[in-house]
Amino acid sequence: MSISRFSVHTRLIALTLCLGVVTAVSTVSAQERDSFRIAWSIYVGWMPWGYGDAEGIVQKWADKYDIEIDVVQINDYIESINLYTAGSFDGVTVTNMDALTIPAAGGVDTTALIVGDFSDGNDGVVLKGTDDLADIEGKRVHLVELSVSHYLLARALETVGLSERDIRVVNTADADIVAAFNSRDVEAAVAWNPQLGELRRMPDANVVFDSSQIPGEIMDLLVVNTEVLEANPALGKALTGAWYEIMERMSGDDAIAVEARTIMGDAAGTDLEGYEAQLASTTMFYDPADAVGFVESGQPLETMENVRQFAFEHGLLGERAPSPDFVGIQFADGSMLGSEANVKFRFNADYMRMARDGEL
Amino acid sequence: MKRIINQTPNRPTGLALGLLPFVLVLLVYMVASAARLAENPNDPLLPSLSAMAEAFQRLATEPSRRTGELVLWVDTAASLTRLGLGVLISMGMGLVVGIFTGLIPYVRRAFSPFVTVLSMIPPLAVLPILFIAFGVGELAKVVLIIFGIAPFIMRDVQQRVEELPTEQLVKAQTLGASTWQIMLRVVLPQVFPRLLDATRLALGSAWLFLIASEAIAATEGLGYRIFLVRRYLDMETILPYVAWITLLAFLVDILLRLINRYCFPWYGGRRS
Repeated sequence: MSISRFSVHTRLIALTLCLGVVTAVSTVSAQERDSFRIAWSIYVGWMPWGYGDAEGIVQKWADKYDIEIDVVQINDYIESINLYTAGSFDGVTVTNMDALTIPAAGGVDTTALIVGDFSDGNDGVVLKGTDDLADIEGKRVHLVELSVSHYLLARALETVGLSERDIRVVNTADADIVAAFNSRDVEAAVAWNPQLGELRRMPDANVVFDSSQIPGEIMDLLVVNTEVLEANPALGKALTGAWYEIMERMSGDDAIAVEARTIMGDAAGTDLEGYEAQLASTTMFYDPADAVGFVESGQPLETMENVRQFAFEHGLLGERAPSPDFVGIQFADGSMLGSEANVKFRFNADYMRMARDGEL
Repeated sequence: MKRIINQTPNRPTGLALGLLPFVLVLLVYMVASAARLAENPNDPLLPSLSAMAEAFQRLATEPSRRTGELVLWVDTAASLTRLGLGVLISMGMGLVVGIFTGLIPYVRRAFSPFVTVLSMIPPLAVLPILFIAFGVGELAKVVLIIFGIAPFIMRDVQQRVEELPTEQLVKAQTLGASTWQIMLRVVLPQVFPRLLDATRLALGSAWLFLIASEAIAATEGLGYRIFLVRRYLDMETILPYVAWITLLAFLVDILLRLINRYCFPWYGGRRS
């Protein structure tokens, strides 16, 4: 009796350990390997990934470097970043701010491999019944709290000498913000496209501030795990090569470009016209030379300084972060912000430079 | 040798068996968490138990940096108010509508199919309509809970009324009771404990709708906090909140059961 109980006990422990080990090994390991997973979600600047996957462009470049790249669409943007942070993916499409506050603050060393575009009017503050931003004072502002919208609002308030204390932020899901804005008691909202376009069309609604007034501060990136990239440069080369081939195809006015944009528009739940309207308020870096120029300029450092202050003030770097310096950020020219001992977010122009110089 | 169906554990063994699954889950969690933290000490996905305990203590006792409020208690008060209002109003509506549709054939014919159809509509699918009709404030959240559980309670109460033995109604009528008197003296007392039972079953959905409503537009609440900190994968806050919500739901359930046992001893006695 006692022997059999003992064996049950041992088996239970063994089972527990097995489960634990299974969970533990599911994180990304940095060794050299030849199969990778990239997650993307629907947004104007990331639709090219879906197109490149469907058209076999990613496959073509992966074959060239003799690796496999699995491009997976995740329906929920935040969930895609969380999956990447938890280690289920080697790379993910993300904005500069969320890259800092989710994976980097969560201890996952992350490299911005491709800076695809920046928002140039794709995010905006909308008020009902007034076209003056200063009238926002005292209102309840509906937005996705702690998101890029929140950051945009903070920057907007600065321009009219207000602070977040002068308004009340109401956390509203992005999927519901259009419906909520229809309600009579909602007078102010901050949203991104395509929702912003819907809000703009409502009677009496005015976009009083948008991201074209802070150009270059909201960047759409493809980030990858730094350790994985260092162990597997082929991944960086294949992704960058594929990206700029897609860029070349979708830019311009020839039949192939129009068809590409039509496919992306369909996949984004709109049509060619709707997608082109979103592209119009996005500055896409179709040419790798432009992206390299942007990343090597002083702009990313200036932006990330704003972003990390915002993130720290809102507790986004975690309760353990004693100051905004907690997470180190490295830029393409080697300059740094924050702790040099804890660099978790890096801008890297190497691969985009290779694309520019035709070395891929 | 006794057959296994005839073997019952004594009290301490039973208690230990009941705890076993909890202990196992906890063990698996601790092993997995330790393994991940060994690899990346800042890993947010599976924080250690001590980190969660610290986070919980901080939320419960230290004023927040941003608003100066004790976050946990503000959230709990807001959520319980919404839940309480939603559930109480649903119970009231369920009782009145259920008794009338259960007892009076004309009313049943008029409203019963409508209530049935109403109970089939997934409330989250008609959110935009709720927003336009009830705004995005507290009212909309309470309405969402009512929309979610009142039709279920109405149907349940109606069925319980229909199940009352016809003999009782006949006897009351031979004693000269009017419809109104039958409703108050025969039906109502017997339906009350059943209403509490139906409410207990509906509470699970009520919590679901509460959390969903707080995810949509809110400035405080248990669901609001979870959806907010999910934006930066702050499991240190989310996991203790989930445990806290489970505990609250458990306590509300026990409370309803105790009310039933205390106020309607005949009902609970007959059941067990």
